[in-house]
Amino acid sequence: MSAFFSQGGYAFFVWSSYAVGLALLVAEVLLLRRERRTILQRLGRLARLRNPPPSSAPAATSAASRPASPSLDVASPDVGGK
Amino acid sequence: MRVFLCVLGRDITLAMRRRTDVLTTLFFFIIVVSLFPLGVGTEKQTLKILGPGVVWVAALLASMLALERLFAADYEDGTLEQMLLSTQPPAVLVLAKVTAHWLLTGLPLVIIAPLVGLQYQLPGNAQWIMMVSLLVGTPVLSLIGAIGAALTLGLRGGGILLSLLILPLYIPVLVYGAGAVTVSMIDLADTQPYLSLLGAFLLLALTLSPLATGAALRIALE
Amino acid sequence: MKIHWFRYSSPATFYDLAGRLIPWFAALALVLTLAGLYWGFFETPDRLGGTNPQKEYYRIIFLHVPAAWLSMWLYLVLAAWSAVGLIFNTRLSYMMAVATAPSGAIFTFIALWTGSFWGRTSWGTWWDWDPRLTSELILLFLYIGYMALHSAIDDTRRADRSAALLALVGLICVPIIFWSINCPDPNQCAALHQRSGLDRVDPNILWAMLVTTLGLWSYSFAAIFARVRGVILSREADTQWVRDLVATEAAP
Repeated sequence: MSAFFSQGGYAFFVWSSYAVGLALLVAEVLLLRRERRTILQRLGRLARLRNPPPSSAPAATSAASRPASPSLDVASPDVGGK
Repeated sequence: MRVFLCVLGRDITLAMRRRTDVLTTLFFFIIVVSLFPLGVGTEKQTLKILGPGVVWVAALLASMLALERLFAADYEDGTLEQMLLSTQPPAVLVLAKVTAHWLLTGLPLVIIAPLVGLQYQLPGNAQWIMMVSLLVGTPVLSLIGAIGAALTLGLRGGGILLSLLILPLYIPVLVYGAGAVTVSMIDLADTQPYLSLLGAFLLLALTLSPLATGAALRIALE
Repeated sequence: MKIHWFRYSSPATFYDLAGRLIPWFAALALVLTLAGLYWGFFETPDRLGGTNPQKEYYRIIFLHVPAAWLSMWLYLVLAAWSAVGLIFNTRLSYMMAVATAPSGAIFTFIALWTGSFWGRTSWGTWWDWDPRLTSELILLFLYIGYMALHSAIDDTRRADRSAALLALVGLICVPIIFWSINCPDPNQCAALHQRSGLDRVDPNILWAMLVTTLGLWSYSFAAIFARVRGVILSREADTQWVRDLVATEAAP
């Protein structure tokens, strides 16, 4: 087992290569999950802004008085504008 | 053919009215080329080894600087749109504009090359090969660059983005252009395959680039 | 049974299909990659063997080579979707192209990083202008150029089409670029593969590499499908099905 970890003395090179590779792939997955959450949140906010839920009338007025449009909050790569 | 000459003449006339633009590119090239020995050391041998590469990289950069102006002015005042709306095939228009660009930026480099060769202590044969390689290679740079200029038309940060897109595509020309000059210092006969390759690139670029540039212009102007 | 070939070319239907496929691809990726790595680390000799004197550090190969192959493969995929988009003018093809680019760039970076580490141990230097590593570097520039051009253009349609054209131009130039780096001196260009001493290597090594490649390929499907789902949601935000989806899924 120790032979596996030391890889003939080249442990640093072998394991850091794999570590960086793994880190990048894991980071990609985490970024994708976060991206999806952000998109859904943003779209949810947009939807609520346009059609405020009937039960929350005070929330509707406060939502209407919110100055900036939600699409400016979150940077997103592909807001299909046109 | 008449259209080609017409657009060519127009572009050159317009450029001549703003002569400083043309000269700036030339002086940029000269300055960059002069900077390297100051940074790297003026030893003869070093200069001889560096010379071809440095001159070619400087030619790449100078050519790229002038590319933004290729379509930008016509795009801004709407002339480009009119040109594309006309019944002329866009490839002809593109070819004319690229030729004008090359005459104003690439050809001066070819003419200046011997002076630069002197700065880098290149032997006589190498100077000739440098001129020939630049003569064949700079049109390729203009042609490939035109595609990038068309793609980045009207974008903010266009210049830097253009460099990012185009420089990887310039690599083969750089490798063989500089390689030709380096090899000519060892054995003149060996330069022939290099120059043939550059010629092949030129032919390929002449046929494909106007089509791609025309397509890019249409996309940009929709 | 009539096959509706274009049924999944609508973003709405593809969104569903992709969603259902992602878990399968992810599972497959995990299984295959772990199997490949296990095979590579435990069932292979400690030396590369054959004519190649490399020691245990050669095991970086099980990540480096698959990453490099995938980086090139994904560029082809990118160019293919770009071509389909330009020819057929379908929205989804552009979305797939946009989703493929970041994955390709990440694999290219992994290939460069692992290649550099491998080079440090076998050649003694972190960077050597080895033709294959240099080609990977250029490929990274091409990916980044694609992503930069796409994000620099605000109009989605123009962005898609310009970037697609760039991808195709890049594709045509790629063989020329790679060849010119491999063969800078046309006078003596006999060997195009200068460092492939992979013949007479223990077949276990090659098999392990292949399995890891399949695993990472599966991973790329999963990642790209996940990304394209996000792109679909953003772009199709004004459609009814997305609004319904958001209403059910987005917790306030």
